[in-house]
Amino acid sequence: MRKLILRSLYGPPLTEPAPPPDEAALAELAGHLDAAARRRLGRSLAIREVDAGSCNGCELEIHALNNVFYDLERFGIRFVASPRHADVLLVTGPVTRNMHEALERTYAATPSPKWVVAVGDCAFDGGVFAGSYAITGGVSAVVPVDLHIRGCPPTPTQLLRGLLALLESAAG
Amino acid sequence: MSAFSSIADAATTRAAISGADLGPWLRFGVDEAGWLRAGEGLRDGAYRLCAYWGEPARVHLALTDPAITEVCIVGLDCPSGRFPSIAALFAPAIRLERTISDLHGLAAVGAPDRRPWLNHGRWPAPFPSTEPTVDYAFLPVEGESLHRIPVGPVHAGIIEPGHFRFTAAGETVVRLEERLGYVHKGIESLMVGAPLARAARLAGRVSGDSTVAYGIAFARAVEAATGTVVPERARWLRALMAELERIANHLGDIGAICNDAAFSIMLAHCGVLRERVLRTAGRCFGHRLMMDRVIPGGVAAELDAGGAAVIGELLADVRRRFPELVELYDSRTSLQDRTVATGFLRPDLAHRFACGGVVARASGCAVDARRWPGYPPYDRLAFEVPVLEKGDVDARVWVRIREVEQSLSLITQILDRLPAGPIAAEVRVPAGSASPEGLALVEGFRGDVLVWVRLRPDGTVDRCHPRDPSWFQWPLLEAVIEGNIVADFPLCNKSFNCSYSGHDL
Repeated sequence: MRKLILRSLYGPPLTEPAPPPDEAALAELAGHLDAAARRRLGRSLAIREVDAGSCNGCELEIHALNNVFYDLERFGIRFVASPRHADVLLVTGPVTRNMHEALERTYAATPSPKWVVAVGDCAFDGGVFAGSYAITGGVSAVVPVDLHIRGCPPTPTQLLRGLLALLESAAG
Repeated sequence: MSAFSSIADAATTRAAISGADLGPWLRFGVDEAGWLRAGEGLRDGAYRLCAYWGEPARVHLALTDPAITEVCIVGLDCPSGRFPSIAALFAPAIRLERTISDLHGLAAVGAPDRRPWLNHGRWPAPFPSTEPTVDYAFLPVEGESLHRIPVGPVHAGIIEPGHFRFTAAGETVVRLEERLGYVHKGIESLMVGAPLARAARLAGRVSGDSTVAYGIAFARAVEAATGTVVPERARWLRALMAELERIANHLGDIGAICNDAAFSIMLAHCGVLRERVLRTAGRCFGHRLMMDRVIPGGVAAELDAGGAAVIGELLADVRRRFPELVELYDSRTSLQDRTVATGFLRPDLAHRFACGGVVARASGCAVDARRWPGYPPYDRLAFEVPVLEKGDVDARVWVRIREVEQSLSLITQILDRLPAGPIAAEVRVPAGSASPEGLALVEGFRGDVLVWVRLRPDGTVDRCHPRDPSWFQWPLLEAVIEGNIVADFPLCNKSFNCSYSGHDL
């Protein structure tokens, strides 16, 4: 263990420079929050992840944001265990009917000001699951969505670019 | 044939089903007496339960013999909407049977548990709906000083949704009851009438972490149904992707299990290796999880010389770094204190539930679909199936460690001997076959993935049933947590790492 720690201390960091924020995401976000809300959120965002029916592919890539290559926390963005601590709900999946109420209640439990980010193609419009009796057909059918990050699943870099755009908007 | 002779004697119809390069396997049409014989065979341990599913007015069982050399499907027509319960004879079938009732409105006569499972009363007609607020009747637990802890469906971590109802006496779990179905997406209904390309995309999203395994299982089932001969190179490339997927997931799991014991350095280092595997997959096949890269007839992505070199570098890197992490795991008593003797799964339960995967192999069951029943190209590759007897969290970590090593060796062999040639063949339903059926078993990182498919003459899917290994692992998680402390549940749960999406369909 000593060797591992020493190598980590003296070796070059694996963390990579941040990608630029996503332009399209910036455009989607423009004007979503007023200045007062921006001031309160500042440059630190707490995220509550909610799987509302994903195939778990998006979760794998969201997890990857915490590895040392992407190191999400260096930007002041971190995942929290409760919606009550969150500024952002990061929602994946086409919102199954069986998760509809749980998502609504999670949204209601999140204090304002808050953002909702829908991650993945099926969170956008149901994606490959569109047309099923068991889904509502996208996050915006259930709660207001501020930003969509598309992809099946989006890569960690795409996720990072979207979240950095959110941070830019929050900082005003 | 001998293994299923008692069912064969009672069968009213019989037909051969192609198992791609295996089989042919048999489909028996039975009456209720024959159906019950299958149930009795399961009860007596003469067969392993492989899958149990329904369609309108028909139910099916897929069985194997105990040595997993033969597979058969037993089908019962039930135009009256009723069929004799298999779960009444064989408890591991309970949740599957409740699902059949939920999805197809068929009633299992004599069923020991009549509560809905996937249907939470929120689907539109024709599904029977209840008031969404109606409480699900959790099993009663009686005793002094017991308290209940409801958890989920929205959990604290970045994980899938499900509900766990713990009953605890002090810190000790007396009973855990799971309630799943939250991520039911209606995949089987979306499959009906879908063209093959769309159906393959759906199959690849039954459980995203096993997308390659599902891709191969669906493709093999379709190839079996249509008699398609897959080019050699495609088979080897599929195996290459499957082993990359296995390594990536096992690395993630090993790190995450240690992290749940607050040993986060393992998560960080395993995360580095996992990320490198995914980046390599992205570089070689154009998608980090390799989604949609396996298609019926072959594969959709070619591996160039540069790609092979990148994989070679990855192997060298993992071989250099991984042993240090294994040593780290093995030498920390504070970590071992959490994993050793925690979450013990009895071998007889693992065997009875035919649960497959790491969970089974850590409890003394020698199962691995790559060998039993086996499929190409694994018959030409050298690998060991690690089996441990201890059945605790520690054993499940060690099986994963050994499997990473085996997969590294498999990838080396594949790169050395990768045949040249085309990577896909055309898939066509042969003229004159009215409704061809195919079945495939493929070993994913979590266990054996089964896909059964029946096609229409126009080449679209008539019915498809993907069965995740989690179906037989989730109930065992309830058994292993009993008598452990609540705080050890994350460890037990992570060491199983069952799929919610794959189970909920």
